[in-house]
Amino acid sequence: MHSLNYHKASNASEAARLLSGTEDGKFLAGGQTLIPAMKTRLAAPSDLVDVSGAADLRGIKVSGREVTIGAATTHAEVAANGELRGVCPSICDMAANIGDPAVRHRGTIGGSVANNDPAADYPAAMLALKATIKTVSREIAADEFFVGLFETALDDDELITSIGFTAPAAGAYAKFPNPASRYAMCGVFVAKGDDGVRVGVTGAGADGAFRPADFEAALDGEFSAKALDGISVKAEEMLSDIHGDGVYRANLVSVMARRAVAAAS
Amino acid sequence: MSEGIGAPVKRKEDKRFITGKGKYTDDIRMENQAYAAFVRSPHAHAHIQGIEASAAEGMSGVIAVLTGAQLTDDGIGNLICGWAISSKDGSPMNMGAWSALATGKVRYVGDAVAVVIAESKDEAQAAAEAVEVSYSELPVAASIAAALADGAPEIHENAPGNVIYDWELGDGDATEAALAGAAHVTEMDITNNRLAPNAMEPRSAVATYDDAEDHYTLYSTSQNPHVARLVLSAFYQVAPEHKLRVIAPDVGGGFGSKIYIYPEEIVCLWASMKTRRSVKWTAERTESFLTDAHGRDHVTRARMGFDADGRIVGFKVSTKANFGAYMSLFSSAVPTYLYATLLSGTYDIPAIHCEVLACYTNTVPVDAYRGAGRPEASFVVERLMETAAREMGKDPAELRRANFVREFPYQTQVIMNYDSGDFEGNMNQAMEAADWAGFAARKAEAANRGKLRGVGMACYIEACGIAPSAAVGSLGAGVGLWESAEVRVNPVGTIEVLTGSHSHGQGHETTFAQVVAERFGVPLDSIQIVHGDTDKVQFGMGTYGSRSGPVGISAIVKACDKVEVKVRKIAAHLLECDPDELVMEDSQVKVPGTNKALGWHEVGLAAYTAHNLPADMEPGLKEGAFYDPENFTFPMGCFIAEVEIDPGTGKTDVVKFVASDDFGVIINPMIVEGQVHGGIAQGVGQALLEEMVYDESGQPVSGSYMDYTMPRAEDVPSFVVEHHNTRCATNPLGIKGCGEAGAIGSPPAVINAITDAIGNNDISMPATSAKVWAAIRASGTGMAAE
Repeated sequence: MHSLNYHKASNASEAARLLSGTEDGKFLAGGQTLIPAMKTRLAAPSDLVDVSGAADLRGIKVSGREVTIGAATTHAEVAANGELRGVCPSICDMAANIGDPAVRHRGTIGGSVANNDPAADYPAAMLALKATIKTVSREIAADEFFVGLFETALDDDELITSIGFTAPAAGAYAKFPNPASRYAMCGVFVAKGDDGVRVGVTGAGADGAFRPADFEAALDGEFSAKALDGISVKAEEMLSDIHGDGVYRANLVSVMARRAVAAAS
Repeated sequence: MSEGIGAPVKRKEDKRFITGKGKYTDDIRMENQAYAAFVRSPHAHAHIQGIEASAAEGMSGVIAVLTGAQLTDDGIGNLICGWAISSKDGSPMNMGAWSALATGKVRYVGDAVAVVIAESKDEAQAAAEAVEVSYSELPVAASIAAALADGAPEIHENAPGNVIYDWELGDGDATEAALAGAAHVTEMDITNNRLAPNAMEPRSAVATYDDAEDHYTLYSTSQNPHVARLVLSAFYQVAPEHKLRVIAPDVGGGFGSKIYIYPEEIVCLWASMKTRRSVKWTAERTESFLTDAHGRDHVTRARMGFDADGRIVGFKVSTKANFGAYMSLFSSAVPTYLYATLLSGTYDIPAIHCEVLACYTNTVPVDAYRGAGRPEASFVVERLMETAAREMGKDPAELRRANFVREFPYQTQVIMNYDSGDFEGNMNQAMEAADWAGFAARKAEAANRGKLRGVGMACYIEACGIAPSAAVGSLGAGVGLWESAEVRVNPVGTIEVLTGSHSHGQGHETTFAQVVAERFGVPLDSIQIVHGDTDKVQFGMGTYGSRSGPVGISAIVKACDKVEVKVRKIAAHLLECDPDELVMEDSQVKVPGTNKALGWHEVGLAAYTAHNLPADMEPGLKEGAFYDPENFTFPMGCFIAEVEIDPGTGKTDVVKFVASDDFGVIINPMIVEGQVHGGIAQGVGQALLEEMVYDESGQPVSGSYMDYTMPRAEDVPSFVVEHHNTRCATNPLGIKGCGEAGAIGSPPAVINAITDAIGNNDISMPATSAKVWAAIRASGTGMAAE
């Protein structure tokens, strides 16, 4: 690891101010992607501004079915929050299966969303839950937020403050983990909301997380696993690597979608 | 006696390991210590056009930047392979030059080009990144197929067609004739996947040159420090043997990968002399993937012929073996004398012929990895047996039963002479423990849950304690494969045992002490096992090939024999009795049924005070021995795996695993069971999960834990480990060895179970979920649609 300057911010505005004074600084939330990249010398920021202790970035608020999750809230906190589980158990279950316990107690929802790893779990949930990503300067709809592999609508140094969404009537996440990394080889989040069924897919798409329109239309007609019979995504639009080719991943999208629907029904 | 042979005593070494107080090479901190960072090739094959180090030399903390040209100028020799193999036509193997720092060409991604020595690790790494190496890229051959193709790029100029040797064993004409007359011939193409060793502790070296004494000390993660010293001295010309001390302190796993002498140890020793500083290097995990010798990587075509009664009549095996970019220390022996010699399996096969074509590729060198050749042989034999049974409509267990070797000694057609065993006994035990007869009901029950259940068997045999020295010498080995030991009884009766074996997880400090405790009737705690230091132990061949039990302990037993003779003489002299009347138990040397007794410590004291010894006896109580085995030992066993497969995803769960092993006499059953557990987990890893993948340009694709799948606890079931042991006939305690068996027998058992479950025999290791799913689809017989 290269040497660097470390700063700890106590709130979001202090974090922004601290970062603006650095040469090539980066926000540090849970560090579950950034720290390994730094250890292998692939990333070498001049400064780190640690937002994990920023009080206004932490915590979960549930008001009726409206949910707000602070960007620096850890996966373990999401998994264990009783109020959240009361209205949206699917996101708690999803968070409970990210990585391993060490990852879940450091990694944050804001960090995961900002990184937009094509195999991360949260992007699928954000799409399916029709979430809004709130930053220090604006609100961005999930459909506009995830641009491509590791690419988002965020400007440079734009800090996410919270995630908001309306809890769906029913939802579930089904994941087939990569055997090595335990990231998703395919994760499908299905949510049945007031204005229809939304399906978010991660791990499989060549351009990152996506919503399969055919799946959503079929499930709008009938919310059952059987409704997905005969529908599939295009293999050539899927990722292909040593763990599975596009044909296999396309199959996983169908299988995981059916399992998610069955779990949510 | 509760601490002796057969007692499951807890490991003496575990207190320091589980309290974090083990002392590993990276824990060594020398005064005046500097750090090495290697500049490594990003290309799989390229000419080095120039190395510009001036910027790096001027950086903070940098002491020196050293290159291959300087290494060569200083007379440091090339790395060597220590086992000479000749081709069919009698020509010697084509060993290409391997300099510890590349000169002229780089031949794999990770090949070391230069080294930076600096005050801190960070400064060394930063400067290493600033060393500018200009390369002219060359075409790459990163696989066996690419290396052996017409017009393939030439990796070493003295290896035309990238061929190292084209070797054979057995009777080709007899085998072809047998196959031609066979009632049934099973033919298969089989790949044995390439594995990265992944020892928990990465390789590390700390080298110190003392210019006042002109003496070197090397702390190193070695499985065999004496062999390291010998090779560093005799071949690499780093220092003469008496001026070089090699210490292998606690070592966190090896699996073979720490047998070999690597460039880094050579360079650290040389750099410590150049800079007059202690030089430390510890691999980061990425470097481990890039530079530790990999294992396996065979492609094989095999044909096995049967008569109308299902008896094997002939077996023909043609294998191509990937050696990587250079010939590592043991590499040549692995696909030859550790592979082809095991192709008779547990069966009476009248004609066997094996051909092995070894080739260079632009990948990291390949050498022995847990099992080394024997897993590859076992996989070929047991996949063929299982497939043949299915093709002929026979029960796979009954086909094996009909072909087992039943009389010993048994001379195979491929050198080995099996001394002992009851192969059918192990198979019966495993079948009973696995409830073989009840499988159909379990399969039906699984089908109700939407799962495909399959069962697979493998009856492996392996060979441990490579021996005897004269025989392996005649086959090309550059060293003798004996072991040495010294037993020192101190004046107070405590005992130090110096052994040439090396423990890097095997529990020698416990098992070896158990043998001596039982022998002399003294407490386990009064015995200390000393190993891993060339200044303490006179010589040793180290630990690999499951040799520490059959060979290392045998040497200790031989030294104990000599100690016992002297103890009896001293005690008989003092007690005025016949030496043969004496027994040693309860810390006493005594004549049973009488009051004639001496404390064990009194004998020790008498030996050292020398006030009253038999006439002409030398004082002291210390004896050494060299033990050269008369034969290999042959552990064998029957493994049965049951899997359940999710047809929607192809995900395979190993739901049941039964092992029945024959390890001969067992010293510590708890440690042996642990070895079996670890071995099976590694074998399940090879069968389902692990593969070191290079792309066509020679870039490693699975070079981190993000893509290289290690087996986890959830990937294996709770193992059932049984024993049906027959005594080894060729060593004093009847020990066969157990360190590799689990990894040898489990891959074919798991793959046989998968192919049984899905009704498709065409699947290669690792049987990833994607491959299994595709195979289910291709077979058209599974429940592929969900």
